[in-house]
Amino acid sequence: MTEQEIFDHVQEIFRTVFDDEDLVLTREMTSADIEDWDSLEQINLLVAIEKRFSIKFQLQDVKDLPNVGAMLDLVKRMAA
Amino acid sequence: MSLFDYPFDGAMLLQKKRSLRRELLKKPNLTPKKVAILSGSTIGEIKNILELFLLGYGIAPEFYVGNYGLFYENLVFDDGSLAAFKPDILYIHTSRKNLKNMPTTADTAQSAGEKLEAEWARFEAAFNAAKRFGCPVIVNSFDAPTHRVMGNRDAVDARGGVYFINEMNARLTTYVGKNEGFYLNDLAYLATRFGLDNWFSESEWYLYKYAVSMQYIPELCHNIANIIKSLLGKNKKGLVLDLDNTLWGGVIGEVGPEGIELSTETPGGMAYHEFQAYLKQLENLGILLNVASKNEPAAAESGFARSDSPLKRDDFLCFKANWEPKSQSIAEIAKEINILPESLVFVDDNPAEREIVRQQLPDVTVASFDGPEKMIAAIDRAGYFETTTLSADDAKRNEMYRQNLARAAEQQSFGSYEDYLKSLEMQGEFGSFTPPHAERITQLINKTNQFNLTTRRYTGPEVEALIEDENAVTLYGRLADKFGDNGLVSAMIGHVHGTECDIELWIMSCRVFKRQMEHTMMDEFVRRCAAKGVTRIVGRYLPTAKNLLTKEIYGTMGFEKMSESETESVFALQVEQYVPQNTVIAVTAKE
Repeated sequence: MTEQEIFDHVQEIFRTVFDDEDLVLTREMTSADIEDWDSLEQINLLVAIEKRFSIKFQLQDVKDLPNVGAMLDLVKRMAA
Repeated sequence: MSLFDYPFDGAMLLQKKRSLRRELLKKPNLTPKKVAILSGSTIGEIKNILELFLLGYGIAPEFYVGNYGLFYENLVFDDGSLAAFKPDILYIHTSRKNLKNMPTTADTAQSAGEKLEAEWARFEAAFNAAKRFGCPVIVNSFDAPTHRVMGNRDAVDARGGVYFINEMNARLTTYVGKNEGFYLNDLAYLATRFGLDNWFSESEWYLYKYAVSMQYIPELCHNIANIIKSLLGKNKKGLVLDLDNTLWGGVIGEVGPEGIELSTETPGGMAYHEFQAYLKQLENLGILLNVASKNEPAAAESGFARSDSPLKRDDFLCFKANWEPKSQSIAEIAKEINILPESLVFVDDNPAEREIVRQQLPDVTVASFDGPEKMIAAIDRAGYFETTTLSADDAKRNEMYRQNLARAAEQQSFGSYEDYLKSLEMQGEFGSFTPPHAERITQLINKTNQFNLTTRRYTGPEVEALIEDENAVTLYGRLADKFGDNGLVSAMIGHVHGTECDIELWIMSCRVFKRQMEHTMMDEFVRRCAAKGVTRIVGRYLPTAKNLLTKEIYGTMGFEKMSESETESVFALQVEQYVPQNTVIAVTAKE
């Protein structure tokens, strides 16, 4: 899967979860940039990403994800 | 098909919760309810998804969420906020993670036993404290531990975690069984069903303190929502079943009764046999069984004449074997037994038949399954018939409806309707509410939608409080006739202030409508009001989507319409001008 494909899938998940069809994801985005992105939604995002890419995160992987870029890199590494 | 119809896609519900909520809130006629959730672990998504399922059932919840992990403190040392919220439903979200006194291998058998008693005492105190809110309380059983330090012995040794949790669950279920108003949300069963390794995720616990893995939160919430909708009278009441390849394998019109698959001797036959046996159990709970089959009637009935068939022809209330569209048969069934199409679940192996019914009768629920071995699960796990309360009348319900059909048949042979009613030799018993009747009255109040003037709902404790209330006029009515006993079918509640009485509630089971039961109820109610010195009775009709048939009932009984608007019609009666109406029911009046 290409980086762009991963990006598109993850962006689609963000749009669904936050109910915002116009949401545009950037690598630098953090939970401070999206109003409803709290720890509750963090897990929702992660569970959705796990399902979409058929991967399973470890505690180590997800306990500290600083921004969207780190999330994308993690998916890229695990889906490879 | 709704996203909430079983089997639902839990992951989709989690992802789309915001847009789903937006859509669901637009539904008309939502019933507002106050739901308090007390926390033993993270509630967040549990509240959100529970809200979706409740909205799906037509219930609009307003939530109170207790402090994180403080279910015990919130209940036992309430700061007043929970009492001020006045919950209609209380859900205590606990799991094994809330067991503070788990024994260890350092304990002796005696100290482990003391820990068990201390732990149960803590939960019992929390539950007892929950009683003062006077509303239904939903409590969780405890999931099994994910590890067993002694291995299999953990279930045998008093110091073992498995032993401890089994003992706690035994105490908890006994408590729920003995304490009215308490209902079990069987978390332990769900955890077993989905597997402990899936149900609980260490990382989700460490990261977010979720005692249930995110992906199973929809299943948990579905289970809770089923209890709540059942308590609010929103259960399904009956099934409409296809025959060929649903109740047996094969097409009976072609292979005859001996050729269908139904015996326990073959794998295919076993699936149908067990499904029939499951349906027979539902029938015992008062679920109405009906048939809609494209067959010749004689061929259709011949399958149930087999000696190894768990269901017999007499187990079915309406038996429609014809070549008409099934949507038409289902509509006729609803009409004949006098229930709303939305109370029926249609079960058919043929996806094309399901689709036609979905389109023609959108209110009817259509079961989804793939293969005969999945049929029981499709009915069982959907929670259509979640049984929160079970009265003696439930078990007899099929019989009562059967008697009704016999009455309808007899009605056709009489010259006038009144002659027919007289021929029924009806006997009514009327009296004020008493403790033995309270449970049945509460159940009837909360599930009656059609003959219900105000659609006010009452909890068990509220009904019991009325028994002692000097200013209340309460009346129940039982009706029996030559075909059988209908049981307790009607109730009225009036509030007296000075010389006036307001009718706050009047409900009646629709199966006795137009038998002069409603008239006799009013006769008795007026008589009791007069005895209390009441000179004027005020009745209100509050319209809902379902109670249109009672819109003008006060007007037909000598009440004068005082006002009418879209939300309320008010009627008033001068007691001295009331003319008793009953001419056909022999009345036994109790005080």
